[in-house]
Amino acid sequence: MLAKRIIPCLDVRNGKVVKGVNFEGIKDVGDPVEYAEEYNRQGADELVFYDITASFEGRGVFLDVVRETAKKVFVPLTVGGGIKTVDDIREALRAGADKVSVNSQAVQNPQLIKDGADIFGSQCICVGIDAKKIADKKWTVYINGGRVDMNLDLIDWVKQIEQLGAGEICLNSIDADGTKAGFDIEMLDAVCKAVNIPVIASGGAGKIDDFSEVFEKTGATAALAASLFHFKELTVGEVKEYCRGKGIIVR
Amino acid sequence: MIAVIDYGAGNIFSVKNALDYLGMESKLTNKKEDIESADALILPGVGAFPSAMDMLNKSGLVDTIKTEAKKKPFLGICLGMQLIFEKGYEFEECDGLGLIPGSVKKMEEENLIIPHMGWNKLEVLNDCPLLAGLDENSFVYFVHSYKAECDDKNIAAYSNYGGRVPALVYDGGTVYGAQFHPEKSGETGLKILKNFGGLIR
Repeated sequence: MLAKRIIPCLDVRNGKVVKGVNFEGIKDVGDPVEYAEEYNRQGADELVFYDITASFEGRGVFLDVVRETAKKVFVPLTVGGGIKTVDDIREALRAGADKVSVNSQAVQNPQLIKDGADIFGSQCICVGIDAKKIADKKWTVYINGGRVDMNLDLIDWVKQIEQLGAGEICLNSIDADGTKAGFDIEMLDAVCKAVNIPVIASGGAGKIDDFSEVFEKTGATAALAASLFHFKELTVGEVKEYCRGKGIIVR
Repeated sequence: MIAVIDYGAGNIFSVKNALDYLGMESKLTNKKEDIESADALILPGVGAFPSAMDMLNKSGLVDTIKTEAKKKPFLGICLGMQLIFEKGYEFEECDGLGLIPGSVKKMEEENLIIPHMGWNKLEVLNDCPLLAGLDENSFVYFVHSYKAECDDKNIAAYSNYGGRVPALVYDGGTVYGAQFHPEKSGETGLKILKNFGGLIR
């Protein structure tokens, strides 16, 4: 049986892991390669590096981080942030990423999903989505870090993503993100029922049973969290041990 | 020296990184002489069966690979494992390398999430040297949408995903194929690569 995956996400700026991406006073909290090694020791099933650097120089440093990690950590690595073109995808894969996560750019240019999947294979194209509830069982897709509503129906979008050849969806709930009140079960359930590709749950994890709940109540095959692991509130190992105790298959 | 065959399909750097980490000497190459002089061969690959076979054919390496794979340890990884078989049916029927009898078909069991992506447990069917020293509860990382169909005798280990998915295949001689990515399967994967290196005489 396929194991449910626990995925820590590292936000990286100018070569450092940072916390508090959307707030003022972002603090550097450490060396991303060391974080990656530590999460690997804890049993992380994959790692996501998210580039929040806006500059050209920062991009080079970011890719160096990916390159160094790929020499030491032998689990799948996903790179998100700053992927706008097929060349950006190629560059990330060459640095050692196994997958890229495209978000805003995929909404503005869906052809990027198809081109990426055709050239590099569906397995390395993950589409990241930020979505927010607008009515009962209805959600719309936002871009630019959840700031711009595209008036695009979430369920229509995920079906389109699947058609275009994406290998995976990482679904972040704007409503749940940062609340620590648990994953957005209703939205995840709706998306998992609409598509037949793997869905990663993102946004809202605040305590250990949020992870078992998302696996028990939705078809999500993986759960992602950032600050919970950064702040050492929980380790990946603790989350997996707890899920295992609930009869959920984990590695 | 292990020759990692570079024919334009896939993330060969990951394989190279893992071999470097293990201190196993390797070389990325598309040269006939390197393949002939190597102590062992690894055929990586991601993407589609027909385009990968097309690239292999254009590289002019097919006959060399077929001959050398029977002389020294050979490991196909992911698509490289699928290419080991006689035929593939991804988009169209396509000849493979034919090193192990069997074919590669779409996974299409009902309600199955495709691709088969993530960590799955290895179930040993026929023990083989690459599995030496592994825990009973060993998980490896898969990402694929097609699977091999072959005789049980060639399956060293499988995983359960909508039925049996051949995970590690073996011809009983020098030819091995891993549907999963040992270079992305943590300690378990590194152990399998180390075991492969240990086959070099």
